Amino acid sequence: MVLGADASFLNPDKLLLLVVLVATCACIIASMVLARAGRVPKIRRIAGLEAVEEAVGRATEMGRPILFVPGIQDMDNPMTVAGITVLSRVAGTAAQYDATLDVPVSRSLVMQAARESVQAAALQAGQPDWFDPERVRYITDEQFGYAAYAAGAMARDKPAACFYMGCFFAESLILAENGNAVGAIQIAGTAETAQLPFFVASCDYTLIGEEFFAASAYLSGAPDQLGTLRGQDIAKALIALVLVGGVVMATVKVFTPKSDRAPTAEMAP
Amino acid sequence: MSRSIALLICLLGGLTMLVSPFLPMATEWSNEVTDWFNILAAMAFVLGGGSLLKVQLMRLSARGPGWGYSAVTLLAFIVTLWVGLGKVGVVADPSAPTVAWSGKPDDEGSAFWWIYLYVMTPITSTLFAVLAFYVASAAFRAFRAKNLEATLLLGTAFVILLGRTFAGVVLTGWLPDWASGLRLENLAVTIMDVFNTAGNRAIIIGIALGVAATGIRLLIGLDRSYLGGDA
Repeated sequence: MVLGADASFLNPDKLLLLVVLVATCACIIASMVLARAGRVPKIRRIAGLEAVEEAVGRATEMGRPILFVPGIQDMDNPMTVAGITVLSRVAGTAAQYDATLDVPVSRSLVMQAARESVQAAALQAGQPDWFDPERVRYITDEQFGYAAYAAGAMARDKPAACFYMGCFFAESLILAENGNAVGAIQIAGTAETAQLPFFVASCDYTLIGEEFFAASAYLSGAPDQLGTLRGQDIAKALIALVLVGGVVMATVKVFTPKSDRAPTAEMAP
Repeated sequence: MSRSIALLICLLGGLTMLVSPFLPMATEWSNEVTDWFNILAAMAFVLGGGSLLKVQLMRLSARGPGWGYSAVTLLAFIVTLWVGLGKVGVVADPSAPTVAWSGKPDDEGSAFWWIYLYVMTPITSTLFAVLAFYVASAAFRAFRAKNLEATLLLGTAFVILLGRTFAGVVLTGWLPDWASGLRLENLAVTIMDVFNTAGNRAIIIGIALGVAATGIRLLIGLDRSYLGGDA
């Protein structure tokens, strides 16, 4: 129901966005329901996620720690939440192999969430004693203070595997280059488009944008979670159709003589 | 039970933030949720500070390798906390000149302000400056012409680098006006505005859909790994 301008129930400027959001959510939920009913989609192999076990195994064999950096933003950032979901899978594998996992964090709330996540992963792996809360520790909120700590920790502890999963800014290259210098296998994931080239240049595997958000569903292997990924793809196909339609209409407009065009609001008297 | 409450809070908070751009009446609710988040984050800082103190004190008492760094960290932490909370050197606010503590802790002239300006800022700037060398070393590895894609990347980077400097103007400024599109500075603009923007937008659309799908999975409790999974 849309009321008058004085007492508008819906924000009229955002109606189109609302329609897109509802359509996207409908695609995702419908695909999830279908997957639950047995129509599980086939997901392409994501090399960066397949390499998680390899990276943890390598660290175990070499007797060196694993470093997991969940970005420098708080829990209100979807990238941090996605990073924590990947952390829980990495922690589960590390607990199984009895590898050392270090998680320095730059926000107190993230520390709490990461501790819960790592502890639960250790319990699920049947290794409750493996969890050490001091391995998930708060460093500082300060961007470069945190980067300096992480770079120093890499130089001292020489981790065999480094994971950078979350929201990063200018510190991304400091982290990735230091990890590269100590010869660690590096897997990064972020949706910060400005930082993606740095991770691609310095890391062995990079989860680009949507791959990063798909990581949790991919690693869980749960049919309903995988279904949401197909929903994403359907929504993407619809958006691509709209884009192509827009391009065609704009092209037609360019090649249509002005006299043949229908009067627009600006042209009408 | 505690997990159900956490999921319920996540659902209510998430839905409020989701509808607030579309429902003007929900704007206040989203502000309320944001305020609660900030309060929670401030309370959690005590836990973070506690963790920092505990870890550094343990290292200091163990006298293991690098215990000196822990001593420096503890000293810096305690001194900064003391000058900030104690408002050391704070100039009284003009509205209450007789009350010594009426100024803000980070006002000009305070000890906290001095530490920030003369210790924190130079250290941060130094670390940021080091980034230039990391960019150079990363670029050296990335721009090796190993295959066709890498060669294309190298060529594009070369055009952008020259086009963004005066060298581009000097090298191709002689081209006539009808071929001005081939001048390096114009080629760089075309690459950034057309090819780079197109690729960037494709990634951003994917990210937006990924955020939507992740949001749904979290809101309906399908993905609980951030709460410690189903354990």
